Amino acid sequence: MSAGTLATRARRERVLLLTPVLVLLALVVAIPALRVVHLGFTRTELDDAVVSSWAGLATHARTFGDGRFLGALRNTALFTSLSVLLEVTLGTALALLLDRPSRGRGALRAVVLVPWALPTSVMALAWAWIFHDTFGMANDLLARLGLLGEPVAWLAQPATAMAALVVADAWKTTPFVALIVLAGLQGIPAEVLEAARVDGAGPFQRFRRITLPLLLPSLVVATLFRAIQSWGAFDIVYVMTGGGPGGSTETLALYAYQSWFRYLDFGYGAAIAVQGMLLALVLAAVVVRLASRREVE
Amino acid sequence: MRRRPLAAAGLALAIALAAAWSLVPAAWQALTAVKPDAQITSVPAVWVPSPPTAEHVRALWERKPFARYLANSAGIALAATLLCLAAAAPAAAALCRMRPRARNRWLLGLLLVSLFPPILLLFPLYEGVRLLGLVNSPLALVLPYAAFGLPLAVWVLEAGFRELPKEVEEAATLDGLGPLGRLLRVQLPLAAPSVTAAALLTFIASWNEFLLALSFTTRDTSRTVTAGIASVSGASLYEVPWGQLSAAIVLSTLPVVLLVLVFERRISGGLTGGAVKG
Repeated sequence: MSAGTLATRARRERVLLLTPVLVLLALVVAIPALRVVHLGFTRTELDDAVVSSWAGLATHARTFGDGRFLGALRNTALFTSLSVLLEVTLGTALALLLDRPSRGRGALRAVVLVPWALPTSVMALAWAWIFHDTFGMANDLLARLGLLGEPVAWLAQPATAMAALVVADAWKTTPFVALIVLAGLQGIPAEVLEAARVDGAGPFQRFRRITLPLLLPSLVVATLFRAIQSWGAFDIVYVMTGGGPGGSTETLALYAYQSWFRYLDFGYGAAIAVQGMLLALVLAAVVVRLASRREVE
Repeated sequence: MRRRPLAAAGLALAIALAAAWSLVPAAWQALTAVKPDAQITSVPAVWVPSPPTAEHVRALWERKPFARYLANSAGIALAATLLCLAAAAPAAAALCRMRPRARNRWLLGLLLVSLFPPILLLFPLYEGVRLLGLVNSPLALVLPYAAFGLPLAVWVLEAGFRELPKEVEEAATLDGLGPLGRLLRVQLPLAAPSVTAAALLTFIASWNEFLLALSFTTRDTSRTVTAGIASVSGASLYEVPWGQLSAAIVLSTLPVVLLVLVFERRISGGLTGGAVKG
């Protein structure tokens, strides 16, 4: 057998081995993605039946004058920035703790991973119960600690409802950030930190000058993953607040869902989803850009 | 090394706080699930139920086909996991034989796919499900769940296969094994830890999925736990049977909690292996 036929055979083999993945991804991701983009260029009218017709950019243009879209955009941006900020901060702290040798570290690692593995929609319900205005755990704990005089109706006011969502989301996803950052921490050579200690750098200085810069790639990965997932948040909002009160926590994902399944405005729902995705891409590019500039410095 | 007592106390406090943050919200739910109604609606809250009651679990079982939800979730998540591994394993075997540049391009492409928000695909998938008459069919969820699991599964398996010594694969080839034989007889058994990790990650993600489960099932007996629980609640947040809901929450999360406590190492390894090595 010549080298040429061997190479051809190897290539054919490789194509065959990759086929199942490509077929599944084409069916579930690529074709639907093309379809939703196409749908965004159509207009949906409800007559006796649902009628779709080509609309060019007209459906996309509707978002500009739509106060509800702008509100959803603002809510999504607020939810994403607050939750990612909180998660990356808490996740880094947790990672630093898990990195320290201590008794029962193995058990602690398992325990702190639990929230990550629980279904978001189900735990959103649990958090709605925790933030219940009269019988909830949040009000009870805060009252016992003397931090709260009057019980707060968390989910009934815009600002506290958003705060409750952010806390619930942080609870669920902090372990993910912690794992990524922990892997980064374990990649930092102990000698570097030891050298700095010998040179007289205190713990804070060591963290600021050595650990943090070396952790930057892990922090960027964690931020990127979390920001994109948070931007598309649906489960937690749908279950905990339903977008309320008064639309004050409605995210783009929720608005797209409502447009599709409640108002049967298929074209507009697609336009919302696609524009949301494009904005997420811009967001991701900004994060990567900022990070690479920091790295060059 | 000598430890200052203050630092040791600080560390212990931090560990206690981290454990409490992770466990207290879940514990509150577990306590509510076995708390008599009068104690659920007491102010200030009664934390520890006395005596604990199985009333809510019983009521839940009578009011809702909850065992059916659990069985649906288990069946669908299991089928999705098997399908995902069946597709991901050959792909990972092909990737780990590629030149680094081509391989990295593939892995990056998969990473981008994994970042795709499901909401973007929801409506077109729904159209497809309707078109094929798959509303309420487990297949409507199995296929997407398997596909959503692929990127991470391929990453984890490929990393596992690449760690195997080259000689093993060469010996298998000399023994006349084709690519499928190598995969089934050599690579999968030797990379068993990676296979476990990929399977666990796919299973947990499928068990937890909500958006598609909510949209593609209309019949109560076809629902998975996540979609079923959303239907346990009353008309508004103020007439919710919290005891029953808490029981439902505990029952539906128990399987994943057990998986995490038993397989923490594998799961963390799989998650970070994918995200950090690249």
